[in-house]
Amino acid sequence: MSDSTGRGQDYESSLSGASTSLAEFEAHEKGLFGRFHNALHATPALVPLIVLMAAILIFGVTLGERFFSPGTLTLILQQVQIVGVLAAAQTLIILTAGIDLSVGAMAVFCSVIMGQFTFRYGIPAPVGIACGLAIGTGIGAVSGWLVSRVKLPPFIVTLGMWQIVLAANYLYSKNETIRSQDIRESAPLLGFMGMRFEVGGAVITLGVVTMILIVVVLAYVLRSTAWGRHVYAVGDDAEAAELAGVNRHGTIMSVYMTAGFICGLAGWVMIGRFGSVSPSASTGVVGNIQSITAVVIGGISLFGGRGSIWGAFFGALIVGTFELGLRMAGANAQWTYLLIGALIIGAVAVDQWIRKVTS
Amino acid sequence: MTEPMLKGRGLTKRYGKVTALDRCDFDLYPGEILAVIGDNGAGKSTLIKALSGAVIPDEGEILLDGKPVTFASPIEARGYGIETVYQTLAMSPALSIVDNMFMGREIRKKGMMGSLLRQLDKAEMERVAREKLNDLGLTTVQNINQAVETLSGGQRQGVAVARAAAFGSKVIILDEPTAALGVKESRKVLELIQDVRARGIPIVLISHNMPHVFELADRIHVHRLGKRLCVIDPKAHTMNDAVAYMTGAKEPEEVRAA
Repeated sequence: MSDSTGRGQDYESSLSGASTSLAEFEAHEKGLFGRFHNALHATPALVPLIVLMAAILIFGVTLGERFFSPGTLTLILQQVQIVGVLAAAQTLIILTAGIDLSVGAMAVFCSVIMGQFTFRYGIPAPVGIACGLAIGTGIGAVSGWLVSRVKLPPFIVTLGMWQIVLAANYLYSKNETIRSQDIRESAPLLGFMGMRFEVGGAVITLGVVTMILIVVVLAYVLRSTAWGRHVYAVGDDAEAAELAGVNRHGTIMSVYMTAGFICGLAGWVMIGRFGSVSPSASTGVVGNIQSITAVVIGGISLFGGRGSIWGAFFGALIVGTFELGLRMAGANAQWTYLLIGALIIGAVAVDQWIRKVTS
Repeated sequence: MTEPMLKGRGLTKRYGKVTALDRCDFDLYPGEILAVIGDNGAGKSTLIKALSGAVIPDEGEILLDGKPVTFASPIEARGYGIETVYQTLAMSPALSIVDNMFMGREIRKKGMMGSLLRQLDKAEMERVAREKLNDLGLTTVQNINQAVETLSGGQRQGVAVARAAAFGSKVIILDEPTAALGVKESRKVLELIQDVRARGIPIVLISHNMPHVFELADRIHVHRLGKRLCVIDPKAHTMNDAVAYMTGAKEPEEVRAA
């Protein structure tokens, strides 16, 4: 030990002869397979897009004109509009390594608020809608606060919030449905999202436009603004993000509030889609699982920080395509669920594989 | 003698009954590399956290450039030009090199796109990031947009040091920069640290690796039982002395005299 300062200290001098290429950043030639792997790593929405294209192609070939028509293809969009909007909200939460089980219940509750405020209290429809959106945002703020400040697991917070919101929805609405006839006559703005226009057989509703707009705006915000980068960083490694100077609490709060607001929009889209306001709409019970399914099939990692909103959008469309295609083919509806189950497992397997970067 | 760039006086931090820092003094002079060594539990990480804003000391004061400062968070310390490279590196593995370098201080585009749509100026950030990496001799960076998780340990450390060097105007604190690295990668990072010093920024280096400490440091702060035991000159002492001081096997001259 005592001579360690003498001969011991130049133990690295033999390194001068060693290769110095270790710390270089050169990309290794990995061949076609490696490049595909890299492409998936850089663009995680590629897998669901390929699956979606393949599904449309297969149904198009087997069912012909009946499926491959503007009317049918836009029908898919109409059928996925609610799940698509909910999946956008779910994407934000899951990117921060959370999960939101209350999205569907929030959407239903917000639609009930919009309807009941307008009809029960005689508030003008625009104000009623604004109240619905505000309450959605508020519920999101409560969940976000519980997750960020009280440090409860998102699963537990939103599992509780799901039950609370759903129960509040039944209690407040007294289980009353507002009929579509009444909406059309006295508050047409509530059904605004159901407004449709046709272009050569293709039918587009404002709800579909809203869904696409939400996805486009979120895609921009997540990719090109500091806030979007912070959402990814917080989901990837919250401690690291905080040390690097990200406002973790602010980011989580804003994500849950934005998700709540989007759930409010989903409630408005629901009124347009169904024409009526019903507190017992199935979305309240299955909306959470449907949106998580779309997000997972879309290649967004449940561990947070990875994936793109386009993936979730494609995921929702894949589910819609399977449902409609298989129904048109006359298959038992259970085949849809079976295939979607396989897709979920496949998507997560692909996600795990993409994460293995040192192949 | 020149004034210390960063100075701590009587720093005390207690966790319940445990006193992690006990009226500790600390001096970092301009342009030097000061190594901080100490056995596990000696309180050196608490000292570093106090200096980087991650821990608020119960007592004592910190002076930067002779002026008293207090940090409520690492972000505030950064505002004063004190950058820390944590042992965990504080990087998001799934995000790119550029994203990580500018995390929390992104550059927005000028004009409407930046102020109204809050769009990031990716081209400018890439240019600056490339420039900073080049400054430190990491010239072999090819794809600055590749995810940090695709880099080796040494490359990640290099990016973290480059990030600190790019924004740290006063002091850079490096916590165990070579602990997780192999021999060759360590060498690269040590060269990087010397490059940073050559640019005049003083560095606090926390390390368990005695050969690295003795090679780089201008002075060595030996931490023991929550306070500064002594500051030794690596040229006048052996590694054996240093280890003996920090473990209590031997008392340094000054302490025995006092």
